[in-house]
Amino acid sequence: MPFLTRLFLRTSLVYFILALVAGVLAAIGPVEVLGGRIPAMRPVYFHLLMVGWVTQLIIGVALWMFPKFSREKPRGSDALTWATYGLINAGLILRVIGEPMQAADGAPVWGWLLVASAVLQLLGGWAFVANVWGRVKER
Amino acid sequence: MPRLSVWMVRTSLLYLGTGFTIGALMLANKGVPFAPRLWSLLPVHAEMLLIGWTVQLAMGVAFWILPRFRGERPREGLAWAAFALLNTGIWAVAAGRLAGLSAGVIAGRVAELAAVGAFAAHAWPRIKPPGVD
Repeated sequence: MPFLTRLFLRTSLVYFILALVAGVLAAIGPVEVLGGRIPAMRPVYFHLLMVGWVTQLIIGVALWMFPKFSREKPRGSDALTWATYGLINAGLILRVIGEPMQAADGAPVWGWLLVASAVLQLLGGWAFVANVWGRVKER
Repeated sequence: MPRLSVWMVRTSLLYLGTGFTIGALMLANKGVPFAPRLWSLLPVHAEMLLIGWTVQLAMGVAFWILPRFRGERPREGLAWAAFALLNTGIWAVAAGRLAGLSAGVIAGRVAELAAVGAFAAHAWPRIKPPGVD
């Protein structure tokens, strides 16, 4: 199993656990953290699960199992794969921080954190599509 | 990878990109509001990523890697029907949600159900022990 696949799969497992923690917090209700009420755990829970766990698990397995891009570059562009990993995870982490904080105190900085999160995840998603597209081919 | 898997996986990748784009617009709008009506795209975002991306990718990969019978994938037409029905269903559900037409949503869900039934009928005999041809 290539290094980048292991990285995606292990990261996805960490998010799987974090998602379930967020699920517990969402079930409990608004949580007292950092001296304020931190609501909005439900979207955090769902996106940790679907982006952090499911999507990254799929990406890791696809990088490993899909047909080779070419003899010289069997897994396509490593740079795009690293970009996918960095962008999606940076974006997701910003969301996990920004969404509850914005709901808690509404300061503009948290809103802009969500904008940054959106842009990073968007670029990460399309980077994966661009990288893997050429590997989805008939033999 | 067989032709149908190429179609399913590439279509699922397009849903991934489109679903992420809609999600990014909604998230940015949540952070710094600029178009309140974007929130109405939430069901389309969910439909594209849950059914269009995740479910369709799983079907495409399953069609590729499940065991074959002497190198053949029997009843391939059922899997092609599943591909057509699933994507028709996704668009019907999305359009129905956007237009507030419950008939569209119901028709879309029925098409998705038919897609899954057709795919299950195709895949069922391919789930077999080694050496069974």
